[in-house]
Amino acid sequence: MHPAFSVILFTTSSGAGYGLLALMGIFGAAGILPQDRWFGLSGLFIALGLVTIGLLSSTFHLGHPERAWRAISQWRSSWLSREGVLAIVTFIPAGLLGIGWVFLETTTGFWGVMGIVGALLAMLTVIATAMIYRSLKTIHQWANCWTLPGYLTLSIMTGALLLSALLMIFDEHARAVHGMVIFAVVLAWIVKYVYWRFIATSKSLATPSSAIAVDGAEITPLDPPHNSANYLMKEMGFIVARKHADKLRFISYATLFAMPLALSLMAYLSSGAMGTISAVVAVISAIVGVAVERWLFFAEAKHTVNLYYGATSV
Amino acid sequence: MTSLPQATNKKLGLVIDLDTCVGCHACATNCKEWNTGGHMAPLTDQNPYGKKPDGVWFNRVHSFEVKRGKTNPGLTVNFPRSCLHCENAACVTVCPTGASYKRAEDGIVLVNTDKCIGCKLCSWACPYGAREFDEDEGVMKKCTLCIDRIYNKTLEPEDRQPACVLTCPAGARHFGDLSDPDSNVSKLVAERAGRPLMPELGYKPTNSYLPPRARRVEAANIGAEKQLEAVSPRKGFLSWIDNTLSR
Ligand code: SF4
Ligand code: SF4
Ligand code: SF4
Repeated sequence: MHPAFSVILFTTSSGAGYGLLALMGIFGAAGILPQDRWFGLSGLFIALGLVTIGLLSSTFHLGHPERAWRAISQWRSSWLSREGVLAIVTFIPAGLLGIGWVFLETTTGFWGVMGIVGALLAMLTVIATAMIYRSLKTIHQWANCWTLPGYLTLSIMTGALLLSALLMIFDEHARAVHGMVIFAVVLAWIVKYVYWRFIATSKSLATPSSAIAVDGAEITPLDPPHNSANYLMKEMGFIVARKHADKLRFISYATLFAMPLALSLMAYLSSGAMGTISAVVAVISAIVGVAVERWLFFAEAKHTVNLYYGATSV
Repeated sequence: MTSLPQATNKKLGLVIDLDTCVGCHACATNCKEWNTGGHMAPLTDQNPYGKKPDGVWFNRVHSFEVKRGKTNPGLTVNFPRSCLHCENAACVTVCPTGASYKRAEDGIVLVNTDKCIGCKLCSWACPYGAREFDEDEGVMKKCTLCIDRIYNKTLEPEDRQPACVLTCPAGARHFGDLSDPDSNVSKLVAERAGRPLMPELGYKPTNSYLPPRARRVEAANIGAEKQLEAVSPRKGFLSWIDNTLSR
């Protein structure tokens, strides 16, 4: 599948934003985070800012962005529509949590409940995003049980890294949060590793034979239906060379998991400027890592329509 | 509404004969011709006279070489590919706007281009590549089963058929109601063991493809000698040459 820049930006940015929002809601309600208004303001500003950038960028690639409002109407059947509805609804408890935190400097009681509701809705939005891909039977690399855990763990991981860096900047030491970061990175690493193993060792049930309803040992294109690339070939026919994929996976493992893990350990053990710098660099590294991972998520996805254009398996 | 209808009164669709299709692209051409002025008009093109023309088509004709092991002869299969008007059309359920829909009366899958936001998700959900995005108009387009012909009272009754079916010079395309076991198309599917495409994905396509008939490996017996002997002229000049050369 063609890796569209706007979709990579959208899922990377909104994933991190929703992760941060969810953790601020939960840890805020638990009273672990500073009730300080400036902390609340910066945290929620970053979370909602990332979410908003993501949502806006997702409308850039539409053929008719001015009709985007129509996309929230079909929540009964469409995960894309559900994602839109959930994304909008999440702003309500998130905004209320913000009122409590910034104006009243409290994140417990009613405001805490808003934090937890916001966290739930944020995670449901990420689930809806993942389900858009997971429910497409046309793409084996997406329609499997590792897609959803991949999106969820990466969202929580990037959110946790952000929260930890923010705490460091405010010179606060919520050890529960810093400890959780390490756990979240390890978990996301395992999930992504298993996902990549899964797509390397399995393929779609669809074959060239089933695609044209003729049994044969070997089916090869003889005459193409058109002599220059059409929409299908440009959109679904994107194929990344094996050696590039391997290199990008390595970059992804390094920037997304190894670096943030090492840096968070450093941040966990040290304090002061050293810890703050480590935590901030960990965030930057992970964001680059998620963008590479998302690019691969698309580039390695093989749509069944490729069976009509010479692919022997998808 | 992009939820699928519980059941459809009819299942209108096409039956395509892979045995007789000669791969002439007439159906694709006439589809483009009719539909660029039809329900989903226009079918725009980019760079039509340039080196790399591109544009919206509802029907594409592939040709494949099929090798079937040592004992079976190989085949050339011409394969027209268009919307199969699936029963479980995920292209419809994924649509966030309600632009894509499946009609309860006849099962035809259509796009309302006034509602489409051009998110392209439906084309990702179609296993068969039946939907093509219109870059000029920013909306998705697809085969309409020639809805503007099959119900068109201004056409003669015999012309109320899809453009691709009418134009096929080999009679390889058939149109009808596949929910009616007595329809021509249903009988064809039963007789010739018609097959759905990629049934393992569970889309339950309405259209059906008739596989190529078994090929004969032996030559037919038409009463001729198996092997032709060289004729030797018996007299005259040619016989003299023959004798001289044979010495
Ligand atoms: S062939 Fe594709 S576009 Fe047509 S109904 Fe089936 S899934 Fe939808
Ligand atoms: S491209 Fe149009 S028809 Fe297709 S899913 Fe998006 S809004 Fe619906
Ligand atoms: S039924 Fe009509 S729109 Fe569909 S492929 Fe045939 S000619 Fe084209």
